[in-house]
Amino acid sequence: MSKKEVKLKFNAAWDLAPAPEDSKHVSIKKQYDLFINGEFVKPNSKKYFATYNPATDEKISEVADADEKDVDKAVKAARAAFGKWSKLSGKERGKYIYRIARLIQERAREFAVIETMDGGKPIRESRDIDVPLAANHFFYYAGWADKLEYAFPNRNPKPLGVAGQIIPWNFPLLMAAWKIAPALAAGNTVVLKPAETTPLTALKLAELIRDSGLPKGVVNIITGAGKTGAAIVNHPDINKIAFTGSTNVGKWIQKSIAGTDKKCTLELGGKAANIIFEDAPLDQAVEGIINGIFFNQGHVCCAGSRLFVQESVADIVIRKLKDRMETLKVGDPMDKNTDIGAINSKQQLLKIQEYIEIGKNEGGEIYQSSCSLPKKGNFCKPTIFLNVSQSHRIVQEEIFGPVLAIQTFRTIEEVIEKANNIPYGLSAGVWTDKGSKIFNLTSKLKAGVVWANTYNKFDPTSPFGGYKESGFGREGGLHGLGAYLQF
Amino acid sequence: MSRIEIQKTYKIYIGGQFPRTESGRYYPLKNKKGNVIANICLCSRKDFRNAEVAARGAQSGWGSKAAFNRAQILYRIAEMLEGRKEQFISELVLQGSTLAAAKQEVEVSIDRMVYYSGWCDKFQAIYSSVNPVASSHFNFSVPEPTGVVALIADENTSLLGLVTAIAPVIAGGNACVVLASESKPLCAVTFAEVLNSSDLPGGVVNILTGTSAELHEHFSNHMDVNAVIYYRNNKAEIKTIKENASLNVKRVFVYNKINIMSEKAESPYFIFDTQEIKTTWHPIENIGTSKAGY
Repeated sequence: MSKKEVKLKFNAAWDLAPAPEDSKHVSIKKQYDLFINGEFVKPNSKKYFATYNPATDEKISEVADADEKDVDKAVKAARAAFGKWSKLSGKERGKYIYRIARLIQERAREFAVIETMDGGKPIRESRDIDVPLAANHFFYYAGWADKLEYAFPNRNPKPLGVAGQIIPWNFPLLMAAWKIAPALAAGNTVVLKPAETTPLTALKLAELIRDSGLPKGVVNIITGAGKTGAAIVNHPDINKIAFTGSTNVGKWIQKSIAGTDKKCTLELGGKAANIIFEDAPLDQAVEGIINGIFFNQGHVCCAGSRLFVQESVADIVIRKLKDRMETLKVGDPMDKNTDIGAINSKQQLLKIQEYIEIGKNEGGEIYQSSCSLPKKGNFCKPTIFLNVSQSHRIVQEEIFGPVLAIQTFRTIEEVIEKANNIPYGLSAGVWTDKGSKIFNLTSKLKAGVVWANTYNKFDPTSPFGGYKESGFGREGGLHGLGAYLQF
Repeated sequence: MSRIEIQKTYKIYIGGQFPRTESGRYYPLKNKKGNVIANICLCSRKDFRNAEVAARGAQSGWGSKAAFNRAQILYRIAEMLEGRKEQFISELVLQGSTLAAAKQEVEVSIDRMVYYSGWCDKFQAIYSSVNPVASSHFNFSVPEPTGVVALIADENTSLLGLVTAIAPVIAGGNACVVLASESKPLCAVTFAEVLNSSDLPGGVVNILTGTSAELHEHFSNHMDVNAVIYYRNNKAEIKTIKENASLNVKRVFVYNKINIMSEKAESPYFIFDTQEIKTTWHPIENIGTSKAGY
């Protein structure tokens, strides 16, 4: 008894002219070395690997593949720098960090363009979210450097030493800022490894840090894949591991360092429930659903990838959602009008496509936007699944792509039970016009960040991090400092 | 003719009940002269699992009680401890303490419970924040209990180690399963009787006796435990606990460098360790010309 879908044809009435961002002003070298002890040095392995533009499949540059000896060299540089850096007064430390914040602001456009070229996210997002937030993060933590004793009453906080930091490919520069800024403010030195598919903005940050005059060895940035990360995790002279990435790798890290005294914070996967009640402002809620799952192509650990709609409004919400999906512009990430850019890598695209097949095979009812996809590059249509239940794999597992699983519910108890019945606990969304209902839910949802009548908002002052298998420790705000101090 | 004394049977405490270990096993506790004082339950994996189920069942009710109410119940525990002071002292002496040391251990235990009673409705204010985000949102962060905590208490004290391990965890709204000292288990059972008469809901604290050598594995690999805290010094056990914790990303804390008798062994930071920080966002409508916010 399925009715024929009536699709709105938004492009029939009007179309947007291309509005590509210019990339001529950015400078990207053909090859990047490792940033160790304040200078770029050749890797011991003598090996380099290419980084591609996922929207065009073109090679942008190549970067060094750090091996164990390179990691050791970086850790030694960080250790050598630690003494002086940690003894520097907080005021002086803070001034260096402020400098970094300012330099990022000055070069914001260049960073935004490179971020989009290397990672595939829409220029609108890298320009308006990633890069400004990265600068703000440095600016925020710079101010903490000389105020640490106020953050932890009755304690005398001290830095941990050398922090090994491993970051993912979904917010390359922003994650580098989340890791480096609080570590430096607390008086630690760092060895940071960006993801292998998105190393360029971290390397540009290395250039910027060199230019800032930060003492040599305080920040070391080395590139490589999983083996390089493992060498950081297992290096005996590292005091702290900070990792953002998949839950599987997080568990491996926790296990690997079990026999050591290394401190650890983990920001891992998620499968957030986004819950729409019948009394919610439905148009706003639909915007929230779109933003929740399609922001950054769904490559977001806190993505609202499980939608729960109250049964009485399910039909109208899904109708509106489908209409809104039709208006999304999928394509060239460098175009300022693009809503959904390129999937970060071929490998990730295959994973998403595999999950879409799993969803279909499990009996889910698929709906995809009727947009056309560019012929080159890694792209995926915005996708939703109806008629799925808690036991479906696309409801339980993190897809990390623009794929939404939709369920309905009747009562508040039912939706809380379903929302919490998952090993993850990173974030959640709630949409209702009733304040008292919001607080009932926000207090019962087992998640580190709860967005009520909004979604996917971030700020340097706001702690971020998960419950349960989404990891431990917080980044951002006062609570983010604790991850880099001992008492 | 002198009266025949009634001897106490030392059992364990699960879900507000006093069962024997399901395993039927025991170990004899002997005094200095080598005479058997009591047969102590040698708890098994199954006992731990039963205790965990009881703890999980009790946690949400305990965690959502008014903080003030939790404070009153912790204070009530201290009152009950005070009333049983002589019994604890004599049990400690029976287990080899001097009278002076026994008295001190009991008094520090009672005072520590009162200390944490006071924190129940105060630590939130210390660890919460209203975050001045740049956009028009009301944004605040508050601590919430992490859930079920498995505790392996200090081996060298009979009562104080238990109180030190349990109090901060339940003050923060968690439920727990705790392994008592193997060599000094007598106070654990009597302490369970105190808890049972203190309005503490059954299942919030579950107390097992037995060996860490056998149980640390099960305490740390259970998939429905949120955190493990270990107060002893066995390096191999610490490593195993941390490795097992990675199965479901448990939070692990090893507190074996603190002097349990000193005030350093009590602070709101011990409560904070079994809390999760939750941050909530809500938009603020801008009405008129100026931006609204906090």
